[in-house]
Amino acid sequence: MAHSGINVLFEGTNFTRLLLGMWTTFKIAAIAIVIGLIIGIILGILRTFHNKLLRFVLRIYLEFFRIVPTVVLLFLFYYILPRQLNLHMPGTQVAMLVFALWVAAEMSDIVRGALISVPIHQRESGLAIGLTRYQLYRYVLVPQAVSLELPATINLITRVIKTTSLLMLISVMDVVNIGQQIVEANNQKYPTGVFWIYGLIFLLYFLIDYPLSWWAGRLEKKRLEQANGE
Amino acid sequence: MANEVLKVEHLEKYYQKKHVLHDINFSISKGEVITLLGPSGSGKSTLIRCLNGLEDFRNGEITFENKKVVPSEKNWQQLRQKIGMVFQSYDLFPNLTVLDNIMLGPTKVQKRNVDEVKKEVDELLKKVDLLDYKDAYPRQLSGGQKQRIAIVRALALHPEFMLFDEVTASLDPEMVRGVLNIIQDLADQDDMTMIIVTHEMNFAQQIADRVLFLKDGSILEDTPGKKFFKDPTTDQAKEFLQSMDF
Ligand SMILES: Nc1ncnc2c1ncn2[C@@H]1O[C@H](COP(=O)(O)OP(=O)(O)O)[C@@H](O)[C@H]1O
Ligand SMILES: [Mg+2]
Repeated sequence: MAHSGINVLFEGTNFTRLLLGMWTTFKIAAIAIVIGLIIGIILGILRTFHNKLLRFVLRIYLEFFRIVPTVVLLFLFYYILPRQLNLHMPGTQVAMLVFALWVAAEMSDIVRGALISVPIHQRESGLAIGLTRYQLYRYVLVPQAVSLELPATINLITRVIKTTSLLMLISVMDVVNIGQQIVEANNQKYPTGVFWIYGLIFLLYFLIDYPLSWWAGRLEKKRLEQANGE
Repeated sequence: MANEVLKVEHLEKYYQKKHVLHDINFSISKGEVITLLGPSGSGKSTLIRCLNGLEDFRNGEITFENKKVVPSEKNWQQLRQKIGMVFQSYDLFPNLTVLDNIMLGPTKVQKRNVDEVKKEVDELLKKVDLLDYKDAYPRQLSGGQKQRIAIVRALALHPEFMLFDEVTASLDPEMVRGVLNIIQDLADQDDMTMIIVTHEMNFAQQIADRVLFLKDGSILEDTPGKKFFKDPTTDQAKEFLQSMDF
């Protein structure tokens, strides 16, 4: 009897290796997201200020990260910049940096959009009770913007997690890269192994991303219901 | 004048090219109530927004408690603790409870003791019959209730001077009285200095020590309340009162 394909998952340390790969992927995504969101919120707030030059520079930053495909960014930061700047960073750190800068750019747009959609009266009644600009943002505008922007933020996070599947291109030992290695090593013994390995990777990504996008959808629905109910 | 709270001299306001306030001059003394009347679009909102720095102005001078106001973000931020303002739209902060809406100014801006402020807010809420709604969110309140809270929120800062911009204009008719009563009490019991923009002519007549009548950005009359409603000087004011069925 031919070896049943599913056993490829449990051959040797294959399963642990795949899970460790997933952990690497998850870690990179998590760190990039946390740093990116913090920077993005600050940049988003700055983009609502009146300073034209500041707004222009931040706009360029956003467009750069939005227009250039993530693959190109990864290559740029991994292969090209180090040579020019003589600066060497392991793939995992390059990945975190690129993803964090990308999240920050996208987040700045989400935050800015949410802040400017808080009604002008909110700003004025905040000023009218003597709030300073900082207090106005801290207690009135940002909390209201957060509830507006939460679904978009969660969707951004799911996009980041999906896009981590590109990490093997810069030699990070992520789950896709490890899966690929296992497939190649077991090709003879398990001809259908490729199906099982990628099936498992699919499942792992699904288990992380699906609850997030379900949550985003629910929040958005609730928000619309509330807005209509007012 | 020793008891002068606010003086406005030669104030001019433009929105881009549009000249909306022309050479505004008046002053208000402690405890005085002015109603600012005039047709829609005459510049009433713009004028009182200039008085707490929500609008900048091109020329002219504002003197508050005998000190010339140097217009800067910092100075206005300080002054707004003494010059309360309530708007037409009942804009409580939807992310905060009623109590937190009211506490924000006293505790964060004025850094007063939280427990003391809480006690005082309870008293204020009792006065406007809304103590039971302390922990509610604004969306659970009716328009009239929100507007009463907005007034309490302004009063919690212990202002010297209050500005009201058509605070009953977007309320259902049955809510109007409750809000106006609070303002009336402020005049009667607290001797509050106030400028009130309103379309409620009966209320205006009852509360006004003085009327400023504004038309196309100019003050056409600055008259004692009694005289304005009985015998206005200008034809424009007569016409205006007629148009208000008065
Ligand atoms: N933000 C603005 N930009 C341009 N024009 C404005 C603005 N706000 C008010 N105006 C104009 O200024 C004039 C006075 O408006 P306003 O002060 O709101 O009058 P009122 O409160 O007496 O109805 C009106 O002609 C109005 O169209
Ligand atoms: Mg108005």
